Amino acid sequence: MTNGWTDVANADVVLVMGGNPAENHPVGFRFVMEAKRVRKAKLVTIDPRFNRTAAVSDIYVPIRAGTDIAFLGGLIHYAITHDLYQHEYVKLHTNASFLIREGFSFEDGFFSGWDENKKAYDKSSWNYELDAAGYAKVDPAMEHPRSVFQLMKHHYSRYTPEMVASICGCSAADFEKAAAIICSTGKPDRQGTVLYALGWTQHSHSVQLIHTAAMLQLMLGNIGMPGGGVNAQRGHSNIQGATDMGAWNMLPGYLRLPRANQQTLADYLKETTPRALRPDSMNYWSNTPKFVVSLLKAYYGDKATKQNNFAYDFLPKLGEADNYSWGYLFDHMYAGQIEGMISFGMNPVANGPNTPKMLAALSKLKWLIVAECFETETASFWKARELAEKYYSTALDSSGINTEVFLLPAACFAEKDGAFVNSSRWAQWKNVAVEPPGQAWRDQDIIARLFLKIRELYEKEGGKAPEPLLNMAWTWQNPASPSLSEVSREINGRDAAGKQLASFAALADDGSTACGNWVYTGSFTEAGNMMARRGQEDPTGLGLYPNWAWNWPANRRILYNRASADATGKPWDASRAPLRWTGTNWTGDVADYKADAAPGDFGAFIMLPEGVAKLYASDFVEGPFPEHYEPVESPVENILHPKVSSNPLAKIFRTDRDPIGSAAEFPYIGTTYRLTEHFHYWTKNIAGTSELQPHFFVEVPEALAKTKNIRSGDMVRVRSARGAVEGRAMVTKRMRGLQVSGKTVYQIGLPIHWGFIGRVTGPLVNNLSPSVVDPNSGTPEYKGFLVNIEKI
Amino acid sequence: MIEAFIKAISATPGKPAGVSRRTDTVAKMIDTTTCIGCKACEVACQEWNNQQVTFGNFEGTYQTMPDLAHNFWNLIKFNETESEIGTPLWLMSKYQCMHCVDPGCLKACPAPGAIVQYTNGIVDFNHDACIGCGYCMTGCPFDVPKMNPATNKVHKCTLCTDRVSVGLEPACIKACPTNCLSFGTREDLIRKAEDRVSTLQSDGFRNAGIYNPPGVGGTHVVYVLAHADQPEAYGLPKDPHIPWTVALWKGPLKWIGNVLLIGGILGTFFHYVRYGPQRDE
Repeated sequence: MTNGWTDVANADVVLVMGGNPAENHPVGFRFVMEAKRVRKAKLVTIDPRFNRTAAVSDIYVPIRAGTDIAFLGGLIHYAITHDLYQHEYVKLHTNASFLIREGFSFEDGFFSGWDENKKAYDKSSWNYELDAAGYAKVDPAMEHPRSVFQLMKHHYSRYTPEMVASICGCSAADFEKAAAIICSTGKPDRQGTVLYALGWTQHSHSVQLIHTAAMLQLMLGNIGMPGGGVNAQRGHSNIQGATDMGAWNMLPGYLRLPRANQQTLADYLKETTPRALRPDSMNYWSNTPKFVVSLLKAYYGDKATKQNNFAYDFLPKLGEADNYSWGYLFDHMYAGQIEGMISFGMNPVANGPNTPKMLAALSKLKWLIVAECFETETASFWKARELAEKYYSTALDSSGINTEVFLLPAACFAEKDGAFVNSSRWAQWKNVAVEPPGQAWRDQDIIARLFLKIRELYEKEGGKAPEPLLNMAWTWQNPASPSLSEVSREINGRDAAGKQLASFAALADDGSTACGNWVYTGSFTEAGNMMARRGQEDPTGLGLYPNWAWNWPANRRILYNRASADATGKPWDASRAPLRWTGTNWTGDVADYKADAAPGDFGAFIMLPEGVAKLYASDFVEGPFPEHYEPVESPVENILHPKVSSNPLAKIFRTDRDPIGSAAEFPYIGTTYRLTEHFHYWTKNIAGTSELQPHFFVEVPEALAKTKNIRSGDMVRVRSARGAVEGRAMVTKRMRGLQVSGKTVYQIGLPIHWGFIGRVTGPLVNNLSPSVVDPNSGTPEYKGFLVNIEKI
Repeated sequence: MIEAFIKAISATPGKPAGVSRRTDTVAKMIDTTTCIGCKACEVACQEWNNQQVTFGNFEGTYQTMPDLAHNFWNLIKFNETESEIGTPLWLMSKYQCMHCVDPGCLKACPAPGAIVQYTNGIVDFNHDACIGCGYCMTGCPFDVPKMNPATNKVHKCTLCTDRVSVGLEPACIKACPTNCLSFGTREDLIRKAEDRVSTLQSDGFRNAGIYNPPGVGGTHVVYVLAHADQPEAYGLPKDPHIPWTVALWKGPLKWIGNVLLIGGILGTFFHYVRYGPQRDE
């Protein structure tokens, strides 16, 4: 979240789209209800299903799964044509005035630079037009035909209410009703927030979808404002923390993992440290060398010296074409290229798309370690055929599987301390409630013992490239059981004297500081564990609670808060000002700016080379402006450009286990989602929650059920090109046929949560979903794929 | 049982001792317009009361089970319907014992002391005295009390009298994330409900209103409904009354019975006075 849960209470309009907070974040939803009750905020829900959030909304508009970019693009068009955007904000705080090089175009579904052979873009025509000093040229009037504003206006001129209606399947009148409410926040004194979740992230064009939302919020002047922002509701208690600590292509703190061509630290830093694109850009990422060197010092301690480039050579490097995100990982595994896997705190067989392929992939492993507090489908993948023959008749039975599986009993969340980082980016420290039962160990004990044993083996037997492991700093009091306080102190970082750092401003690139993740510097200082704080003071009255836990970065509660004021530092909305310029410094929230720099010194978006926010962003692979592309499996053609129907860069895996279905055989749209009653694939092991919803079910629109002679409670089978699920039908008025390009399209609701192991069991809905992923994030397309349904 | 706080007691004549040491009565307010059907209240109730878990059948709805059960005292009812203009409505409301001011269960109960009404308004069952006759089930116009066939005892929500008596709010109230549920004195909550209704009415819900049915003397569970003209859409009876059979039995029939009983005794007495003891011939 750019803002935070408590801040939602400051909103005048709450747009819920691609999420269902009443269902999945009921505790956070209290702040939506508070906004409604106290501020009389309007709640707008856009979703394929009339869901729990829709039930308490002021307006609900149905939408076809996977068409959100069309809807949001339509809102941008609406804001421009009805002159509802916040002119001064857009001019001052976005790149609307930047000029793009000559040669940039968008035609028939492709941006300029498309290479049909490589199936990729040459992005050079997407760049800014630069002046002699290397800065982007601007037209403050935003009237130049190659200014971002004019290009954007032109790009979305196709997204009329009628076009939105025929793509999304809603009525143009309903769209306009919602648009009027949402765009009413384009005034300085009205703020609107956007709450989204996996309904946006799980598409083959998901990153661009969220980009569209950011563009809309920038146009309406809602970024950096209390009651505004683009707010991702995180689904697991620490998924935000897990993201902050790295991924397959990221080191902690959003530092890029080196590529093979970056053979020296200098090469790496040169390519990853951005250059300012405007004279007044603070370009905070210019500090990248300090973050990287401090991280290397945390990893390798005394072994990281100036002479050896701070042990840069020990870091793994990615090859040109390497990709280890989810879909690729299991694709490599299915191809027999992976020997073993350690699965911690996750259940890939249940979570991943195309379960039959997952099962086949796992059976090619030599070994599999699962550390969990329950037996999971992953730990028991070899029993799938035995336990659910009707779904996995083509899977190997256990006698044909040679994978050696180790199920390690692990402690659950209440049995360990540490911090959860929630959607609001609050790192909240928790204590141990009960000791782990039986032989269960805490994760850090399992990992530490694995590390020590593997290091011992490398010491004894040698092996390929043992240096990274042999030289790793492992200075915990008890090497076999690091305390999480010790780990947190290392993440925060310390100086040469061993003193805990108070701020990442103190990080250095000369090896004098060590820091495990620069965005967390300040979380565990000489004053103690800031994450354990529970102060309830609210000096601004905006619900920022600066003394409650610790908010990364720098305990800042609202990101981009400098944008809440104009060029002279005057707040756009005096009643909701997170920052005030006193003439010498900024007070209120921790400024997302230099605390004592005058309002005109820098652009408000200090992390970006532009110094302003990007409406136009060439960072993504499929274009600088988001465009509506159909899901890879769609019942209709893209009416904007039928020849380029789905995202041309969507990654579609093409093994014998990756069939793609046709609308002729699978005429309906399947979409997956979660229920309040359950947490992921966990609580099917818990009696108390299983009692609330013991059965898998399939939500079927009333009109479709009628044609198929399906009544509520009947057993139905839902099939896709990948597999099938069977369950009871829930025939409902809450899902309806949508009119899309002149034909009626039905959607079918498929809740997750069940599997072949647990106190209550049912089919894994990912038997149906395709191995199709977003090219930027690698997230699978769980929302919107083709299925058929029959009564059995 | 805290006798000093008892207001009424089943099948026991006369006023209970120690009446009206406390005058404040407690209540729950359920603002259905802010209920999101999250079932936190259901879980809290199950956990606090240490209920035995049962997995029900699929009934084609999000509702946990079709009706309250002897081991499930707090149920959110999910009702799918449509507005006048055909848009979907999904009405959710929590259902449990209403703790009537004039409780039909207590009226119907023939077992002395099995049902009591405390001065704070809570209606509670005393299972030691319950004889399992099920008359309370007939007497309840809300169909709340449920029999456990294994023990032959009847169960329902206690309004967490164990928590309330030590100054805590009921478990369901504590668990509610959206402030849909509140707990306090009945007077305060009715005022709060009235405020909420007037806000709703000014927001365009013309038929918003309070559900506090007079047929049972009012209730200690008060609802705010956006569509108060149709409480049935929320699974609430439109105009609940204590069934006439119970009213008759405990009202005129009881009086007639008493007259007949006294008449019989008097008749026996006068017969004795007039004719003397029966003698063997």
